Amino acid sequence: MPAITRTIDARGSFCPGPLMELIRGIKEGQVGDVLAVLSADKGSKTDIPKWVEKAGHQLVGVFPRDGYDEIIVVKMK
Amino acid sequence: MKRVLVLGGGVGGTLSANLISRKLKKEIAAGQAEVTVVDATGQHVYQPGFMYIAMGGESAQKLVRPERGLLDGRVNLVVATATAIDVDGRSVALDNGDRFGYDQLVLATGCRILPERIDHFAEEAHHFYSAAAAKKLRKALDAFTGGTIVIGIAGMPYKCPPAPLEVAFLIESELRERGLREKSALHYCSPIGRAFTIESVSEMATPILEEKGIELHTFFNVEEIDPAEKLVKSLEGEELKYDLLILVPPHAGAQLVIDAGLAPAPGGWLPTDRHTLKVGGRDNVFALGDATDLPLSKAGSTAHFEAPVVAEQVAANVQGRKPAGKHASYEGKVMCFFEVGDGKGTLLQFDYDHPPKPPKPNRVWHLGKIVFNKTYWQTVPKGRV
Repeated sequence: MPAITRTIDARGSFCPGPLMELIRGIKEGQVGDVLAVLSADKGSKTDIPKWVEKAGHQLVGVFPRDGYDEIIVVKMK
Repeated sequence: MKRVLVLGGGVGGTLSANLISRKLKKEIAAGQAEVTVVDATGQHVYQPGFMYIAMGGESAQKLVRPERGLLDGRVNLVVATATAIDVDGRSVALDNGDRFGYDQLVLATGCRILPERIDHFAEEAHHFYSAAAAKKLRKALDAFTGGTIVIGIAGMPYKCPPAPLEVAFLIESELRERGLREKSALHYCSPIGRAFTIESVSEMATPILEEKGIELHTFFNVEEIDPAEKLVKSLEGEELKYDLLILVPPHAGAQLVIDAGLAPAPGGWLPTDRHTLKVGGRDNVFALGDATDLPLSKAGSTAHFEAPVVAEQVAANVQGRKPAGKHASYEGKVMCFFEVGDGKGTLLQFDYDHPPKPPKPNRVWHLGKIVFNKTYWQTVPKGRV
């Protein structure tokens, strides 16, 4: 597992908030950054991987945690 | 004397001030309470009408009325711009040099549009989030003789979530009526993985897009406009050529609430309790309407249904009692009309726990929207509906 550069805690946010917060994190970050999004919205675990694929970044994985998911993404470009 | 201060004279500020003043009429009459609205212009603007300036028929003058005429006679109106909020000191500074102390503060500060956050937006993209922009879009549509129209969203959240889809549907209808449809291509760009945030609405709208031949592009987050090539580019790497570009501009909450430390930058959305509408856990600061961070439509309808809850919460604080009755807690109620073109519309009605189940589009809901827009002045701000 790569070391996480930045954690985006979007647990208080609802669809599409976590995705929008990840997009902002990707825009602000550097290539190679590893972003972890924490989301309690069940839509995130499908929406975020689909966006990551379309946008050409790398999905490290979706990890169920206690009452939320941790979605880890590497900025590729 | 208990002082209730309401910042903003839009739907939320006007209606909540009126409802608070009714609940506190005895205290106001006895000189034990006062309700004051501070508004920068003293003019109440019916923003949902802007889209109809662009789509024909509506005039900017009809969308503005003096705020004083919409407020209950017991409410004070101060026309000035709030420049700073001192939360610890419980006061608000105004640009006229005055400082207002408060016991209860209602933040109905709305949101701003920030087209300047995207290079070349001002000269290349049209929108319908101000009367002037909507008029300019109308002129561009009148001059349009065929070509490619791209409609997209350059930042979330934004006011009136159905509006860009409605505009796509209405433009498509108009092009058919004008005999230009065969000479035109229409693209609709959504920042997320479907046509609309709420799944049930997306399921209703997507077949209409298909039926009307409007090409849907999902995960299209506007990144750049290339004016030389007439290209709009997404963060995801997609490019679309346009002859007419219509984009929802980026939005943010009021700078005032960011500067006061009440809302985080850069969004500026006030962290608001979904049921009590208290801001940041403070017992005497409330927010409603576009200013909040609630996962709901930024729409007049949301403010309309939040206002009775703010009024009950504030009145209860002033009267030293617990909030009671059906307006003690907000359950996320929103109700809005949705135009699909060809004189048809549908209705979105939902709350936190019940997503909308839009009925099949028909003429009744389209007419409902028109009638609601015309009768707004006599109904919503005065708390008659």
